[in-house]
Amino acid sequence: MDEKLSKKLRILADAAKYDASCSSSGAPKRKSDPDGLGSTVGTGICHAYTPDGRCVSLLKILLTNYCLFDCAYCVNRRSSNVKRAKFSVDEVVTLTVEFYKRNYIEGLFLSSGIIRSPDYTMEQMILVAKKLRRDHGFRGYIHLKTIPEASPWLIEEAGLWADRLSINLELPTEKSLEQLAPEKDGASIETAMEQMSERIEEAREERRHFSPAGQTTQMIVGADETTDADVLRKSATLYGHYAMKRVYYSAFSPIPDSSAILPLKSPPLMRENRLYQADWLLRYYGFDVDEIASSTEQGMLDLDVDPKLAWALKNRHRFPVDVNRADREMLLRVPGLGARAVDKIVVARKHTTLRLEDVARLTSGLKRAKPFLITADHHPKARLDKLDLRERLIEKPEQLSLFV
Amino acid sequence: MTLHRITLKTGADLQTFRKAVRWLIAEELAPQHVMFAVDDAPGLFGNETVAEAPPVTIPKGVSRLIEQVVCHSDPERYALLYSLVWRVLNGERDLLEVASDPLVHRIDLMARSVRRDLHKMHAFVRFRRMQGELERFAAWFEPEHFILEAAAPFFVDRFRSMDWTILTPIGSARWDRHELAFGPPAQREDAPVEDSFEEGWRGYYESVFNPARVNPTAMRAEMPKKYWRNMPETAAIPGLIQTAAQRVERMIEQEATMPTKRTPERALEAMWDQEPKTLEELNAIIAKAGPLVPGATQAVFGEGPHHAEIVFVGEQPGDQEDLQGRPFVGPAGKLLTKAMRETGIGRSQAYLTNAVKHFKFEQRGHRRIHSKPTAGEVKHYRPWLMKELELVRPKLVVALGATAVLALSGKATPITRSRGRAKFGAYEGYITVHPSYLLRLPDEATKREAYEAFLGDLRRIHDLAQANLETGELPLAAE
Ligand code: SF4
Repeated sequence: MDEKLSKKLRILADAAKYDASCSSSGAPKRKSDPDGLGSTVGTGICHAYTPDGRCVSLLKILLTNYCLFDCAYCVNRRSSNVKRAKFSVDEVVTLTVEFYKRNYIEGLFLSSGIIRSPDYTMEQMILVAKKLRRDHGFRGYIHLKTIPEASPWLIEEAGLWADRLSINLELPTEKSLEQLAPEKDGASIETAMEQMSERIEEAREERRHFSPAGQTTQMIVGADETTDADVLRKSATLYGHYAMKRVYYSAFSPIPDSSAILPLKSPPLMRENRLYQADWLLRYYGFDVDEIASSTEQGMLDLDVDPKLAWALKNRHRFPVDVNRADREMLLRVPGLGARAVDKIVVARKHTTLRLEDVARLTSGLKRAKPFLITADHHPKARLDKLDLRERLIEKPEQLSLFV
Repeated sequence: MTLHRITLKTGADLQTFRKAVRWLIAEELAPQHVMFAVDDAPGLFGNETVAEAPPVTIPKGVSRLIEQVVCHSDPERYALLYSLVWRVLNGERDLLEVASDPLVHRIDLMARSVRRDLHKMHAFVRFRRMQGELERFAAWFEPEHFILEAAAPFFVDRFRSMDWTILTPIGSARWDRHELAFGPPAQREDAPVEDSFEEGWRGYYESVFNPARVNPTAMRAEMPKKYWRNMPETAAIPGLIQTAAQRVERMIEQEATMPTKRTPERALEAMWDQEPKTLEELNAIIAKAGPLVPGATQAVFGEGPHHAEIVFVGEQPGDQEDLQGRPFVGPAGKLLTKAMRETGIGRSQAYLTNAVKHFKFEQRGHRRIHSKPTAGEVKHYRPWLMKELELVRPKLVVALGATAVLALSGKATPITRSRGRAKFGAYEGYITVHPSYLLRLPDEATKREAYEAFLGDLRRIHDLAQANLETGELPLAAE
């Protein structure tokens, strides 16, 4: 590989890494043609993991990190003094194809700083996707970042070539956007999200290709004052209005040459983790946002215990739950029982009466579940009401960061 | 009772196991009387001769599980599977549903381990280009279980046009673009030792790591060390972990610097100046995008004077329009022109265009039969239509037929109910039928009647455009 290209790749990968999304899931299953390249599998594949525990699935790069915008939280903002580079369309195509052939990646996740104009930038990104699909018969995964300031017809076109589109909201409130991303505009972001969600839905009904893996977005946590409850409220709206496949949360992390107006500290990783857990409760466990908000302290999630446990501790009157009798909805609310464990319980108890050791085989979270569960041979009795229950269930702090 | 010894080949010997199960079940031999041994030199011990026996019916889930678990490296796998089959056939048909049963649990863990190994093989195999003219690739990989055969089809689906070989200690797989063949075990030395893209890949891997989030435990949980030797990028790991703390400290301690470039006002202003300003510019954009549904000869743009008083919006170009590259020149277009002439709407007053800019058809013999655009297709073209109206700035927008109404209002509405005056966003509008509808009517009498009604609509359209002129009301441009 050409040395100049290698150098650019380092700069433009470094510039793209603050986007948490890397997933290659949700595309319809495809196989390569006899003279084409690439396939997709339902859940996507992580081809490597970096020492931050994050998955490397797609070639995640920027077309360029030159940018005319000045978003305070971003390494690429125009006022930053980082090194700049720009790929040509063909360079991105070559990198994607050659990396793919060596089985390093599932496909491409292309984003870009805004140069010349939003339309020009978006056109270049679309051109990359088009060339991959047309000239190389590429059937792998393509995720394109949409620029909401670009003309609406470019969004229409992007969806024809991409498996997934996304626009990062980055800041959950209009006020923060105004302060930290002066050129961005919440309303045009949501207009573009709406256009995409409509088109995704229609195309699915008409069995045409338009971003079949849906759209996602990301919010940064810790760069502004928004509480967890408000972040989650925003997520609930995004899931509801625009049928988001996922909302990513990205702990605001120190960047080289950062802006003077932002806090410089270690990224709030535990907070990010709790937000993800709460997000799952919203999507798969039948919780609504107010229930989760009501078990926060002034809008902030408990960092010591997971949000389901936090809710259970505040709602002890709803427990204990009989594992052999309770309905699925209530089992899903038991701390330490995941959705898969619950499904297994519901099926198994048709044939047998479950004891504690049986439940132990179905979940790894028995320690958390035990005080809230009744099994054939176990009843928590008064232990559920003990004041020190929370203290006893606090997880040993995991090694999440070296700088605590 | 004696112990029956069944011998299987090393690896995932599904065939022998199946045959043995049929025989054992036929002989009614319970698991405690059977012993399974893996041996490449059968006949040394007193082995059972397994005779052909009738097939055994077991639930689908069980046979799927067997297929996976025979790949496991645990020598006990066959015995465990046979116990499972025995219990399923002796009164516990739904045994798999009891996930809490110790045997089911153990076999499930084994199946999961096999699936995980498969998944990791799909993920962690690294091809290197072989020396030589032809583009050929090879990889060395060390799976935990006997999964080569099960893993190979994935690589065929993905790298069909490539010539590749995967070498492992338990066998090798070769795809020559036509056929998949399995061969004998190989050694690491048989694979190429480098690849010209590996350095770039390692550089990429290093660059996407965020030192402020360092968490080697999480990394190792998903990418256990045993795989590292065959993944070139992992050489970077120790260095990345070691320097992480320093790198973050440096970022935190560093004072914010002054931007060397001043606010680029001019560039910013120019940046927002991206909208097409003339119909020609807009049409060039449409032409470049190409048809949404393949087949059309060319894009057919709107036609007529800029700032025409009335814009007529049809559905999509037809066969004639597609060939000539002009709107409303086919039979329906001719009918519209005639009706316009009869009602005093001059061509100089009107701008004619379509909701969809490309012809979509079905080929039947030599004929190209018009096929109606779907709602999604109409919406795909909608932003262009909206921009077109913004540039023409008409006083009245006429929707000819349901597709035009959908395109202009964004909603599907039946013509029969909405015919007449309408509002399309900020534009004054009017809804009537598409002239092709008039052509399709079966008998002359209805045709004449419908044509009269159409003329009536056109007269009102003419009057409305006039009235607007007199009051001097100009429609606002759509947002
Ligand atoms: S638009 Fe904002 S967030 Fe995007 S690259 Fe430019 S400065 Fe960064």
